[in-house]
Amino acid sequence: MPMIERKQVIPGDVIAKGNYRYGSYVEKRGDEFIALRVGLAEVGRDGVKLNPLTGSYLPRADDEVIGKVVDVNGFGWVVDINSCFDGFLPASFVFGREFSPSTHDLSSKFRVGDMIGARIESFERSRDPQLSIRGHGYGKIDSGEIVKISPTKVPRLIGRRGAMINLISEKTGCDVRVGQNGVVVVTGPPEGVAKTVKAVKMVEEEAHAADLMAKVEGFLGGSSSGGS
Amino acid sequence: MVEAKRKLIDGNGKRLDGRAWNELRPISLQVGLMKNADGSAYIEWGKNKIMAAVYGPKEVHPKHQVLPDRALLRCRYHMAPFSVDERKNPAPSRREIEISKVIREALVPAVIVEDYPRTAIEVWVEVLQSDGGSRVAGITAASLALADAGINMRDLVVGCSCGLIGDQVVSDLDDTEDKEGDGDMPVAIMPNLGLVSLLQVDGIYTREQFQQAFELAIEKGKQVYGMQREALTAKFFSGDGAVSSVEEGTE
Repeated sequence: MPMIERKQVIPGDVIAKGNYRYGSYVEKRGDEFIALRVGLAEVGRDGVKLNPLTGSYLPRADDEVIGKVVDVNGFGWVVDINSCFDGFLPASFVFGREFSPSTHDLSSKFRVGDMIGARIESFERSRDPQLSIRGHGYGKIDSGEIVKISPTKVPRLIGRRGAMINLISEKTGCDVRVGQNGVVVVTGPPEGVAKTVKAVKMVEEEAHAADLMAKVEGFLGGSSSGGS
Repeated sequence: MVEAKRKLIDGNGKRLDGRAWNELRPISLQVGLMKNADGSAYIEWGKNKIMAAVYGPKEVHPKHQVLPDRALLRCRYHMAPFSVDERKNPAPSRREIEISKVIREALVPAVIVEDYPRTAIEVWVEVLQSDGGSRVAGITAASLALADAGINMRDLVVGCSCGLIGDQVVSDLDDTEDKEGDGDMPVAIMPNLGLVSLLQVDGIYTREQFQQAFELAIEKGKQVYGMQREALTAKFFSGDGAVSSVEEGTE
């Protein structure tokens, strides 16, 4: 891996000068790239990138999120996706093009209070984000323990190419599903679930630690050999 | 005024609290002390003790205030009843309503409100103990609280006041100098952008005095910016782990 330059930045800091591509939380001002958040900035092959260390979830197209149905109306479901915007899942995305409010009963699919896994289909500034459950694994989640973590810690919980999340589910025998909006669902045997929840919270609290993988492994390894 | 004016600057050029004309009072800043707020900061500036909290972005209530293309930034500056010598009525006074307005207007240009359409961002500035220059101290703390809340910002906002005692331009007036001096000039700047977002003046200045006071306020503001920076760094980048060496995956 080539060396990537990392920099601690606060809003208003210049991350880099020159000609790069740039992602969210970065603004271009002349030939300078300015940080808009407190975070860690990278200048690499992908251009200028900023991983924020704080903030709430802002929907982005193609993110996988986990949310709770809070309202059903004639045209779809309103879903709380742990953001300042509510997600909207149109009924036509679920029943297909032949959907008509008179022939289909929306409550037969999802009711208020149901948890669903969904994908952000689109998010334009003028409207609330649209959700879709097309694709493998999306739809109603009918069992599991829900943990909420800060959305800025999600990349840390997943780890490089899923290393952290794989480690946790391997050690505990549980299935861990992470939404980009910071909602985590853990399913599996009861003892494993309790341990997994602790591990997830540990990742959130100690996200700044450099040797987090080792710490989590120590925590899981130690208690699993004692328990089973 | 009937009573004779106290001498605010003595023969050696020292002020009542022993400062030189261009010195700041002691300042301390802390970020993220309040658990229930999305972002918070606490500042002690001279005898000022001020908390700032940020909530949001969240849904706007009442609904008719919604802005379709940007966030509604609400600010409230409030002085606690015990923040002054004589009990202050907790109801917002004319002065507090006005300061709430100018704080809002000092912060708005730094916050990227266009990134949060149809939402509200609330900033609460609560003065627990008051001294001179509480609006600039409030602005300084509020911008840290906004950064702590993770709201997209073009720059931090930092304030400092300057003023006149007789013919002498001085920086960072305390309460007595504010009341008995000859002019007060609070200034808020966005240091990286090089923009001024608040400028209020009272008193009568010559052109030269105005220029000198204005430039001094900016210079001192940049000094306070250094402390803001330290406070944010202390919260996010210190501790046992060197955050800079964290390996992160994006799936």
